[in-house]
Amino acid sequence: MKIVNQSITKIDGMDIATGKPVYTDDLVNVKALVVKILRSPHAFAKIKSIDVEKAKKRSGVACVLTHQDVPNQRFTMAGQSYPEPSPYDRLVLDEYVRYVGDEVAIIAAVDERTAIEAMKMIKVEYEILEPVLNFEEAIGHPSVIHPEENLEVNFDIGMKREKNIAATVLIENGDMEEALKNSPVIVEETYYTQAQAHGMMETQRAFTYLDVSGRLTIVTSTQIPFHVRRIVANALEIPKSKVRVIKPKIGGGFGGKQNASVEVFPAIVTLKTGKPAKIIYDRKENLGCTSSRHAMKIKVKLGADHEGNIKAVDMEALSDTGAYGEHASTVLGVAGYKTLPLYNTAKAVRYSGEAVYTNKMPAGALRGYGVTQGIFALESAINQLADQLNMDPAEVREKNLIKQGETNPILSGSKAGEPGKLDSCTLDRCIEKGKELIGWKEKYPSQRVSDTKVRAVGMAITMQGSGIAGIDTAAVTIKLNDDGLYSLLIGATEMGMGSDTILTQMAAETLEIGMDKFIVHGIDTDLSPYDTGSYASSTTYVTGNAVIKAAEDLKGKMMRQASGMLGVPLKGLRFKGDTIGVINHPDKQVSLNEIAADVGAGEGKQEQLMGSGTFGGDKSPPPFIAGFAEVEVDLETGKIVLIDYVAVIDCGTVINPNLARIQAEGGLVQGIGMAMYEDVLYDKAGRMMTNSFMQYKIPCRKDINKITVAFEPSYEPTGPFGAKSIGEVVINTPPPAIAHAVFNATGVYVRNLPITPEKVVKGMMESSK
Amino acid sequence: MKINVTVNDEQLEMEVGYDEFLVEALRRYGFNSVKRGCDTGCCGLCTIWINDQPTLSCSSLAVRANNQKITTIEGLQEEATDFAKVLVKEGAEQCGFCSPGFIMTILAMKRELKNPTEEEIIHYLTGNLCRCTGYLGQLRAVKKYMGVV
Ligand code: FES
Ligand code: FES
Repeated sequence: MKIVNQSITKIDGMDIATGKPVYTDDLVNVKALVVKILRSPHAFAKIKSIDVEKAKKRSGVACVLTHQDVPNQRFTMAGQSYPEPSPYDRLVLDEYVRYVGDEVAIIAAVDERTAIEAMKMIKVEYEILEPVLNFEEAIGHPSVIHPEENLEVNFDIGMKREKNIAATVLIENGDMEEALKNSPVIVEETYYTQAQAHGMMETQRAFTYLDVSGRLTIVTSTQIPFHVRRIVANALEIPKSKVRVIKPKIGGGFGGKQNASVEVFPAIVTLKTGKPAKIIYDRKENLGCTSSRHAMKIKVKLGADHEGNIKAVDMEALSDTGAYGEHASTVLGVAGYKTLPLYNTAKAVRYSGEAVYTNKMPAGALRGYGVTQGIFALESAINQLADQLNMDPAEVREKNLIKQGETNPILSGSKAGEPGKLDSCTLDRCIEKGKELIGWKEKYPSQRVSDTKVRAVGMAITMQGSGIAGIDTAAVTIKLNDDGLYSLLIGATEMGMGSDTILTQMAAETLEIGMDKFIVHGIDTDLSPYDTGSYASSTTYVTGNAVIKAAEDLKGKMMRQASGMLGVPLKGLRFKGDTIGVINHPDKQVSLNEIAADVGAGEGKQEQLMGSGTFGGDKSPPPFIAGFAEVEVDLETGKIVLIDYVAVIDCGTVINPNLARIQAEGGLVQGIGMAMYEDVLYDKAGRMMTNSFMQYKIPCRKDINKITVAFEPSYEPTGPFGAKSIGEVVINTPPPAIAHAVFNATGVYVRNLPITPEKVVKGMMESSK
Repeated sequence: MKINVTVNDEQLEMEVGYDEFLVEALRRYGFNSVKRGCDTGCCGLCTIWINDQPTLSCSSLAVRANNQKITTIEGLQEEATDFAKVLVKEGAEQCGFCSPGFIMTILAMKRELKNPTEEEIIHYLTGNLCRCTGYLGQLRAVKKYMGVV
């Protein structure tokens, strides 16, 4: 391979690094109305009356909309393939407000100042209802958060609306009672993972206008342009053919832009006024009025024998989906689907749970998507089991891990009676290498470094998926231009991770020519081929496979063209990238330019050459990671310093080592943030206390010491060039590995994220009682 | 009210609100490289130079820029490109949204610190958040650029 597996620099790297105007708000070049949202001060209330007359009359105000002015059409903002598994529980504006920050009215004015002044003139009378703020009290609470009758679900996700249950899940295999009975060693613990904020640097934003033919155009910072088109059309009851979505460069997503959080607001303003409109969320809205990770409570019961053979894994989850059910059933399910297959020796596994509505900011997709939560619980329990057995936790894992070639009934791609097979996995080698890199032998479990300080190591493993089997799909078109350049048309959303680059690498490798021959187009739903979007770790795997198919298709067409031009049958020709030559006549050939010129020569008989390819996987091959943390804990203050973090990754073939490494480092730091610092907190009235970067602490440079990333490549036969995904899996190991290291340092297991000094000190005080 | 400023070596008369922050005024006048990531002076995305000093434009009132010299990354494209090349070679730019502010801080640091240590570099850059890269790739690039081994 010449181009794949090389550290090619990002094709748009220089533009984004040097501050070129390429993001949504940079592209608004007309005078657009500024859209602002009046938000609820109450966690749960019914709007009794709302008086907007004064606001409307203020000069410079273009429109003020309330729940009386919007379609009575429920929808979900979740960017998932239709039919979405997320409930249709939203209106653009509702007469109920379900969390502090929920939308009450939309104001559009000539400028921000006017919009804000008008907003202050709106008078709302609320009937205040008792909110449900503790998700453990949601089921059967006297307050029903979604009393409306027209809430819809596309299929049975186990919703029990009157009980505040948005979704239910049950995955099981084997006889659990029996397996537990045969387990002399039992670990049973409950874990809590917090809501985490995405904290992408570019907040949600969108800009809308009507084009010359009256179609609604939405320029938006999104991961899901095709879903946005459908969602907006449905929510506003307009034909999909009247909507066009354009995605420019976006400043980070992490799943936060897998929700269409903002597009409907400027869109409805543009439809009502005919004028361009834009909405830019400020940081407070980004942190307080969009979505976060689902907070979860997960009970784990492990059964094993004295030799450390795991017999049973039983998990029970409760997930807090907040005011709306975006991704409620899927995040809940994934926390089981992508954890249970790890320990393949278990005779019985079970995962059950509910996602519940509460009166807090809705939860949604966030990198890791439930696996992060599930892995914290499962891996913490495994570490505790090792401790209980007095065994090295790495050894317990080595004994029980799923291995390449094994089958497991919960793996994606499994059918009834036909367990899925794991075609690629180097997790065992990842563990070996990780142990060496962190110095496990010398350091495990801990060393006293001074009177008050202890250093210790801890570990965890994880898996994820690559796209959603049977659902995610991508189409790619490659066009040979008249000048011998290729246009690569993709529908997958580059959001900074370098997907445009690695997809071009794959096209260039297949078409055996340099990267400079390719032009890559950003997403425009009018032009780009369909792609479900950049989420669920699908871009490299799903869209990558489509790229190869499209390139092969085009290659075949160019060969046929060359065959005609040279008068030589296909089997006598060889494709060499910039030329197609005759095998037995080294000097007889046509160049790419000549082929391009020939098809463009206008004699009317040539076909313009375009290759296309579509891919949808029937399995979602998991990437794996072994993660190792080394911490130093101050026994007097509980302060934890993360000295080193080692992650060894099996993502199949590494398409671009540099970009993969940064992707891994970035994800690990986000995971470290979740493990140690980040926490979405509410006060007693349900007001978010952490809606600025002052209170919500994402890691800064000083919080990160050493991070070591290494790869143990495998070859995934269904992947493009053997590749699997990397985007999400990288966030999963820090919480359990750091918790484990802290335990080895102090004897305190923090089972409630984040792992703060206070919790450690409190734990130490309790255990010394 | 009107203010007179020099932006990237050009004289400019700007009409600004009495309570408007510089980041908004600059963006309104088309200096789109200036990004905004927070409202609390926490993220460093809006960093520009006022009289060659790196400054958070989201926390500086536009009126106070009257008669001052402002530099944005548009005015330092050559130098920014030199550093960006190193950064991009490392693969350490992801979404790029934090880059303009980050690079403005680095170019100021280059003028200010001679032979900085790794700690000094990290300290200087602490106010510049990045949610994508995890910082270490950026650090590798900065060290190469500054000639620190
Ligand atoms: S926007 Fe100025 S510091 Fe964040
Ligand atoms: S590269 Fe995205 S925030 Fe820094």
